[in-house]
Amino acid sequence: MTTFLFYFFAILTVVAAAGVIAARSPMYSAMSLVGTFFCLAAIYALLLAHTIAVLQVLVYAGAIMVLFLFVIMLLSLGEAVGPAKVTFPRVVGGIASAVLFAFLVVAARPFVPVGAQPPPSFGTLQSIGAQLYTQWLAPFEAVSLRVLVARVGAVVVAKSRV
Amino acid sequence: MSDGLLHGVVYSVLIVSVVLTATAMALWFERKFAARMQTRLGPTIVGPIGLLQPVADLLKLLQKEDIVPDNADAAIFNLVPPLAALAALGAAAVVPFSPSVVASDLDVGVLYVLAIGAVTVLPIFGAGWSSNNKLALLGGMRAVAQSISYEVPLLLSAMVPVILSGSLRLGTIVQMQADHHWFVVWPFFIGLPAFGIFMLAMLAEANRIPFDIPEAESELVAGVTTEYTGMKFALFYMAEYVHTIVASAVGAALFLGGWDGPFFPGLHWMVLKTLLLFTAVYWVRWSLLRFRSDQLMGLCWKWLVPMGVLLVGAAATWVVVFP
Amino acid sequence: MTPDALAPYLPLLAVLVLAGGLGAIVSVMSALLGPKRPSAVKSTIFEAGSEPSPGSARQRFAVKFYVVALLFIVFDIETVFLYPWAVNFKALGWFGYGEMAVFAVTLVIGLAYVWKKGALDWES
Repeated sequence: MTTFLFYFFAILTVVAAAGVIAARSPMYSAMSLVGTFFCLAAIYALLLAHTIAVLQVLVYAGAIMVLFLFVIMLLSLGEAVGPAKVTFPRVVGGIASAVLFAFLVVAARPFVPVGAQPPPSFGTLQSIGAQLYTQWLAPFEAVSLRVLVARVGAVVVAKSRV
Repeated sequence: MSDGLLHGVVYSVLIVSVVLTATAMALWFERKFAARMQTRLGPTIVGPIGLLQPVADLLKLLQKEDIVPDNADAAIFNLVPPLAALAALGAAAVVPFSPSVVASDLDVGVLYVLAIGAVTVLPIFGAGWSSNNKLALLGGMRAVAQSISYEVPLLLSAMVPVILSGSLRLGTIVQMQADHHWFVVWPFFIGLPAFGIFMLAMLAEANRIPFDIPEAESELVAGVTTEYTGMKFALFYMAEYVHTIVASAVGAALFLGGWDGPFFPGLHWMVLKTLLLFTAVYWVRWSLLRFRSDQLMGLCWKWLVPMGVLLVGAAATWVVVFP
Repeated sequence: MTPDALAPYLPLLAVLVLAGGLGAIVSVMSALLGPKRPSAVKSTIFEAGSEPSPGSARQRFAVKFYVVALLFIVFDIETVFLYPWAVNFKALGWFGYGEMAVFAVTLVIGLAYVWKKGALDWES
């Protein structure tokens, strides 16, 4: 059952992700991206990463997606553009993606056979928080500064144009 | 079929049908309630005291022509109404109606409800964009801007019961209140305002009056649903009611002690509290006027967000001082 | 074999499939059952009930929506960081209180900054 669901969502993820780059209209790309986010969330849930799964929906599909949509509206990109042209940067991008993919496959291979059952608390918000606020405290506080910088940046970028 | 699977399937069918029936009743109830507030009678013809009015509405809408306007993006236009219903009903899965009647008591229940609430903006935006109608698109943009703004106080106020109970599981949060006090009762100076912010933000996220700028009929016709006909319109309409019912139920679970109460079984109390909150929502809806866009955004960012931060701090202080 | 930890997701999936399925069936039913008498006037957009205004509806939108989205993401992420802390708060005690105080200070500074800069004003 789990294996079937995994392959179901994995195939859907790849199809939706392909839709993101294949769609000629930015709005269709965005909608495909939403599909990708949801399938990814389902895969995270299957991996028992409960928190990541729900945050994937909350932050990516709920927040970052909205920013993408507003950027599309801001730049008036809603209408479909013409057919794709083969240009030099696109060829380079394609090759780079292929190399990255090969690299990821090689790098991920040692981790593929996972036999051990994780502990019951695995992936819960409790266990993440327990580590985040003790062992990884310094990076966490650094994140707070980064978010502050991001906010200043957002205001500077957006308000200077108004 | 294993026990767990059977339990899951039975309860999911149960929850979906109960919520849909409740939605039909809510349609009747709102009309009757609004009518009484305006010294009218409301629906009286179909069935006893107009009780079958929602059925009549449904049958009528089924017979309407399904129109996709010129230049509308048909794919997205047809795709989003079911998605709106899906997003609205999806949150109902984790609502605990009694200690045993819950479809799925997720470990991250509170965050799940908020996440589903956050993605309801996507179908609404899709509807506005695909309609090829300036007013619908403007309504969609306003709806999204409003929903995401009120998401922040919603996240903050929902965190107060999480801090007080130390759990994200809705069942545990309710049990905690059953063992001690409801969070609106004690500590009331934290629980009560947090409850208020939560309900306001939930209303705003569902775009209900006084937060219905996205579909202000005097300026935007009917917002994102303007171009929709028949059942596709009904799905959006229904989603709004489902959202209100689920919001009331979650509010009751987070702050009003959910199924906890004397004499009657837990299910009765949960339903009663949900109904009371729901009625309060409609009371507000038929009493108040609509806010202006800037007032709406000002209320959220300049009042509710700072208050939410304060309340989270207060709840933390409370827990750390009186463990 | 389904691990126990995945058990709650099954009913969840069932609710989502049911809800989406019902929505889809109902839309298709509406398309099948309703009358089909298309006409040129009927298929123009309704808009405000009279002649539709000229031009495409998908025009550029004001930057203020973009500002709201940016602010929202920043606050959203900050609030999401508070949740793992909130569930562990009782175990962390005063230590957790202190570290979140530091985090909250940056949050409040950020809020004060965007307020001062007028990014919270809708019509500017």
